[in-house]
Amino acid sequence: MSQEVKIISKRFDDPKAATLDGYLASGGFQALEKALTMAPEAIIDEVKKSNLRGRGGAGFPTGMKWSFVPKQSERPKYVLCNADESEPGTCKDRLILQYDPFSLIEGMIIAGKAIDSHQGYVFIRGEYRYLFDIMERAINEAYRAGYLGKNIRGSGLDFDLYAHSGAGAYECGEESALMESLEGKRGIPRLKPPFPAISGLYGGPTVINNMETLATVPHIIVGGGEWYANLGVPKNGGTRLFCLSGHVARPGVYELPLGVPFPRLLEVGGGVANGKKLKAVVPGGSSTPMFTAEEAMGLNMDYDSIAKAGSFLGSGGVVILDENTCMVKFALRIMQFYRHESCGWCVPCREGTNWLHLALGRFHAGGGREGDVDLLREVSENILGRTFCPLGDAAAMPTLSILKRFRQEFLDHLAGKPCSCGVSGRPALATH
Amino acid sequence: MADNPTLVNITVNGQQLTAPAGTLLLEACRSAHVEVPSFCYYPGLSLQAACRMCLVEIEKMPKLQTACTVVITEGMVVRTDTEQVHRARKSAIEFILTNHPLDCPVCDAGGECELQDMTFKYGAAESRFTEPKRHREEQQWSPIVYFDRPRCILCYRCVRVCGEGMDVWALGVGNRGVAASIIPNHSDHLQCEECGMCIDICPVGALTSGPYRYKTRPWEMKHVGAICTFCGDGCKTTLGIRNDQIIRGDNRDKSGINGDFLCVKGRYAFDFTQNPERLKQPLVRVDGELRPTTWSFALETVAKRFQRIKSAQGGFGVIGSTRTLNEEDYQLQKFARRVLGTNNIDHHRTADFPALATALAARTNTPGTALPLANSSSLKTAKAILLVGNDPTNQHPLLAWNIRTAYRNHKTRLYVLNSGDIKLRRQAFRMAVIPAGGEAAAIRFLNGEADSVPAELTMVGGPDPKRWPQTPPSVPQKIAEGLQDFRARLRQEQDVIIVFGAEVRGEAVRELVAFGDTLPGNTRYIALADNANSRGAADMGLYPDLLPGYRPVADAGARAHFEQLWGGTIPAEPGLNLPQMLAAAAAGKLDALYIAGANPLRLHPSAAEGLRKAFVVVQDMFLTETARQADVVLPVLCSYEKNGTLTNTCGEVQAQKRGGMFEGAKSDLAIIHELAELMGCGFGPAAEDKIFGEIRANVKGYDLSLVQLLAGRSALAAPLNETVAHRDDPELIQPNNDTLFTAGTLGRYSTTLNSVMERRLQKESK
Amino acid sequence: MSVFSQATQERFQTLLSHYPVKRSALVPMLLFAQDELGYLPPEAIREVGELVGASELAVREVIGYYSMLRLEPAGKYHVQVCTNISCMLRGGDDIYRHCKERLGIGHKEVAADGVFSLEEVECIGACSWAPALQVNYDFHQELTPEKVDEILRDYRKKAAAR
Ligand SMILES: Cc1cc2nc3c(=O)[nH]c(=O)nc-3n(C[C@H](O)[C@H](O)[C@H](O)COP(=O)(O)O)c2cc1C
Ligand code: SF4
Ligand code: SF4
Ligand code: SF4
Ligand code: FES
Ligand code: FES
Repeated sequence: MSQEVKIISKRFDDPKAATLDGYLASGGFQALEKALTMAPEAIIDEVKKSNLRGRGGAGFPTGMKWSFVPKQSERPKYVLCNADESEPGTCKDRLILQYDPFSLIEGMIIAGKAIDSHQGYVFIRGEYRYLFDIMERAINEAYRAGYLGKNIRGSGLDFDLYAHSGAGAYECGEESALMESLEGKRGIPRLKPPFPAISGLYGGPTVINNMETLATVPHIIVGGGEWYANLGVPKNGGTRLFCLSGHVARPGVYELPLGVPFPRLLEVGGGVANGKKLKAVVPGGSSTPMFTAEEAMGLNMDYDSIAKAGSFLGSGGVVILDENTCMVKFALRIMQFYRHESCGWCVPCREGTNWLHLALGRFHAGGGREGDVDLLREVSENILGRTFCPLGDAAAMPTLSILKRFRQEFLDHLAGKPCSCGVSGRPALATH
Repeated sequence: MADNPTLVNITVNGQQLTAPAGTLLLEACRSAHVEVPSFCYYPGLSLQAACRMCLVEIEKMPKLQTACTVVITEGMVVRTDTEQVHRARKSAIEFILTNHPLDCPVCDAGGECELQDMTFKYGAAESRFTEPKRHREEQQWSPIVYFDRPRCILCYRCVRVCGEGMDVWALGVGNRGVAASIIPNHSDHLQCEECGMCIDICPVGALTSGPYRYKTRPWEMKHVGAICTFCGDGCKTTLGIRNDQIIRGDNRDKSGINGDFLCVKGRYAFDFTQNPERLKQPLVRVDGELRPTTWSFALETVAKRFQRIKSAQGGFGVIGSTRTLNEEDYQLQKFARRVLGTNNIDHHRTADFPALATALAARTNTPGTALPLANSSSLKTAKAILLVGNDPTNQHPLLAWNIRTAYRNHKTRLYVLNSGDIKLRRQAFRMAVIPAGGEAAAIRFLNGEADSVPAELTMVGGPDPKRWPQTPPSVPQKIAEGLQDFRARLRQEQDVIIVFGAEVRGEAVRELVAFGDTLPGNTRYIALADNANSRGAADMGLYPDLLPGYRPVADAGARAHFEQLWGGTIPAEPGLNLPQMLAAAAAGKLDALYIAGANPLRLHPSAAEGLRKAFVVVQDMFLTETARQADVVLPVLCSYEKNGTLTNTCGEVQAQKRGGMFEGAKSDLAIIHELAELMGCGFGPAAEDKIFGEIRANVKGYDLSLVQLLAGRSALAAPLNETVAHRDDPELIQPNNDTLFTAGTLGRYSTTLNSVMERRLQKESK
Repeated sequence: MSVFSQATQERFQTLLSHYPVKRSALVPMLLFAQDELGYLPPEAIREVGELVGASELAVREVIGYYSMLRLEPAGKYHVQVCTNISCMLRGGDDIYRHCKERLGIGHKEVAADGVFSLEEVECIGACSWAPALQVNYDFHQELTPEKVDEILRDYRKKAAAR
């Protein structure tokens, strides 16, 4: 039952593709050859035409992002790959790193050519050490074969690329915090404006894209922007990797066209596990507002449709929750994450996530009080839109969506009614 | 800044506002008295947008915006008074309070806490937070600095003021999220300048000072804006007084010439006033031993003896102080010249002010011409600064702060010519390293046309290796090139402020001014002297050859002026200087030595023996080396216990205001007046304002607005005149080379300074 | 005298050559330093700081920020169990509880023999193969309590073999 369209994932079954020879054998670096003959504007145009949108979270049109970079710049320009992949429910960049590292290298060189940058870094989360090693090996191989460094393949183009390891911080996936981290500092986000395209790494104009976004670029250059755009729906070009997890029969990372109806996606994953009923869906990683089963079943999985329904396609982490899931516990676990990952810079996020985590913990442990549900909502609302960076929103939004859509479940908990999960009234979370 | 900045129009709460382009919205609002609360915003420090207190509505923006980071743009429409904004403020406070201990009743900041004030104004009546709060023990980081994490609201002001402001970078942020915490530079303690800036800037009671902790509540003190009695910069320190005792020093209203700034001495070293060794009673030598006595007996003893010596036409010597007030200095030299009939008067010189006055003699302070003297705050906006000698970070902390501020806010180009690795090199645009003592030669080079750099400046290994941890370029060629480049760059500057230390004296001062004259624009000068009223002592005529206002004793006209003013005659011959007096005493050629607030034996210990040959009267707070040799010791009040005026090293005159009181001691002024009275030469009442009136009318450059001074502001004195004829005595200039933690004799009596130094030694030896 | 092996020092030098400013190498250097020493003792902090031109305070600020960096030694095998949403939905809590019982230690604790330490961690990017854990840098996925026992047994054997 394969409705999968394998573009990004086309080499995932090819164990040799992670070597230069294997990559070349499967059509690798054809895009680069082509791009080397193209004008920078032409590359950007092609990417614009493809309707490629960022796969990291915000879904910003990639071609447009590249076009914001000034042509002239006193400081060097940079291309950054965001492989921090820390959004709960997301595990796709990992596969690209593991099976197709050269596609990223190729995509980054092309991005470099497009914005006239000669230096790139791949920021890989610290936990992915074995993937870091794979990436380093690939980069070294590319250098040896003249695909990186000075005068790439005799074209006159220079591009240096290095892998950079993080050391455990979700916030370093936020683009400006990532740059701080890459400059050897605490991953505290930067004040914006200026935006990275104007002043990013070391103050130079910088393009930062998600790993999947950049790895898609070679396919667009080879196949053409129009071809890619047509794979998806209007304004939402191409395919993307969906990470199916949770209560799904066959969890896994599947590549499907944008706009695919959610029921189809669920079907690809074999439906809800153990024949249970669907209860709720996280559409794009833990930061995105959740949907009830009913809402989800009417969704098309593209940026605009999901935005219209009040959430985000985010990082492609689709988490399936069955009928027995306790939503209080789910909300609590989400908040445990954000409390742990708040960088602590600004007040509402630092104190708000702590408060919500403690209150949800107490509530879930059976210590709920009259008014708690409204309190949780108000505290979340007081975080929303008032923090320094989007992490605060990322904590507040899913919480608000759960409180709204599953309010009754919270009230039932409060009343001591047995929870659907059967653990109401006693702590079920193995919190430390 | 441009002379005519473009103005931008915005609307705030329906009201039209105009402010210069580039203004932050928060500042624009405040300038129009529209309140925008803030915690993390602090003028002059980098922007944080962390506390989220200043959120406002801006039209066409989807979310609330932080007024502390938004720069106004033409036509911007802002609301600070909507329901949404009020809710945001309330919730910011509520969030902050979730982990705040609310131990206000025992908190040092209670009563002057920004969080308390904001909670009162913008917060909710009660907290909805019922979860357990995070607790952590309070930590002592240094003798001065204590930290209480639960009270901290993480506004990062302390981190920034220590780093960006002090250039010390001793504070940082550890951990993250709700566990984030301010941390000191040495894992569990601080190694720093102990300035207390972090404590002062902390909006809450998270950082508190050892000296003040749990001493009192703010409302139990009265506050007196005094002038610091330590270095020559003249910072305002607001003294917190309870029962006539100084409990605290800080600069709460930021109204002094120092604005935000105070160093460890200005803030904490006031405790010398309560040192148990302080003299409470006059002492008179009986049978070779100093014995306590009454004031009337002591004063009569002195007056009678002086009278007898005078009648016998014996020799007198008078040594004045660099910490006493202008009025006292002025009366002291009057006492010497008019009552004792001698020009044998001097003080411990640490800068060559007469040489500067001589060099600038051609430039009178005629109205309309730009003054060739700079005040302290003009450094903050200078285009370029040339610093020759000295180590302002240690010896002129305020001026160093101002120079750093200029560098930070205006990219001021600082040229440093020094034989030491001074800390300001970090802000230097160009630094020329010269061998110690090479200042004069270097200035000659700067002022000369020759391309070749004299060999004495390029001596290999010249600079003292102890002062130069990272060895400076020692290749003569390099040094020469460095100096050439230094001169070439400097010559392109205009409106330069030239700041020079005690290394530059006599002829070198005149050469420096000659060089300054070749620079375009208005070159201005600051001569650096060590103590709180070093400049005042010079201006008031504590010189054997100079009358007040640098008017030569040898000048008959000048003499006549003061003779007429004071009645009686002034000896026409210049007198003995300080070492000459000590030598004369030893040679039995001086019958009496009157030392008012000086401790010459600290620098001239071998003169102790000789002093015993004369009748020595010492006015001091402590039994110093010199006082131990005295026949009569008169205990005095310190600067913080008197009214009058002080002149800082730049020439800024400020009013000193009485804060504390000390039972048993008298002011130097009172003593001088009583002695004059007893000697039948009455000076009238010891009223500072009357004396200052005389100074205003008779000392060049001191015709300053009293109203301004009494209102707590400073005025720049410019005692320039055409007739300075001073003899160069460069060897008389002996700087103290104080560090941040020493202050001549006085510093030894501050328990706080001592404990800081002990602690540093301990940590270093570890 | 360096506290690091020749190989690690060389690695540092390579890293430093990757960036226009030395400071950029700090975070990865600290991680590699920790890989070698098991944690970041004061000497390591000082040495790394000197290499990148950062004060001890600056290095400590950075260490405090990143959850993988630590100032205290961990076990030889650091067991990191994910209990975040995708893992939780597939029994991550049980896996974590199981580890606690088997190892007799809790969150961020080190067993007395120093072989194992335990940590409950956030999502490690194995959501579609949940529940998952990492031992040092090795991933173990689609876990059951039985599988966990086997994994722990293997590591214990490895530890004994040394
Ligand atoms: C808290 C936070 C965490 C983020 N984490 C990631 C991440 O792990 N990977 C990623 O690609 N983007 C992440 N992002 C989004 C990035 O800031 C940025 O938008 C993205 O890398 C841009 O790439 P794209 O346009 O290709 O999506 C995160 C954003 C936030 C606010
Ligand atoms: S919202 Fe604030 S505290 Fe949270 S991660 Fe962003 S900047 Fe840090
Ligand atoms: S006392 Fe001064 S130098 Fe020390 S930490 Fe505070 S601000 Fe920095
Ligand atoms: S200690 Fe005070 S100044 Fe420093 S961050 Fe905390 S509240 Fe702000
Ligand atoms: S004052 Fe604006 S965020 Fe703190
Ligand atoms: S939630 Fe456990 S690996 Fe992602």
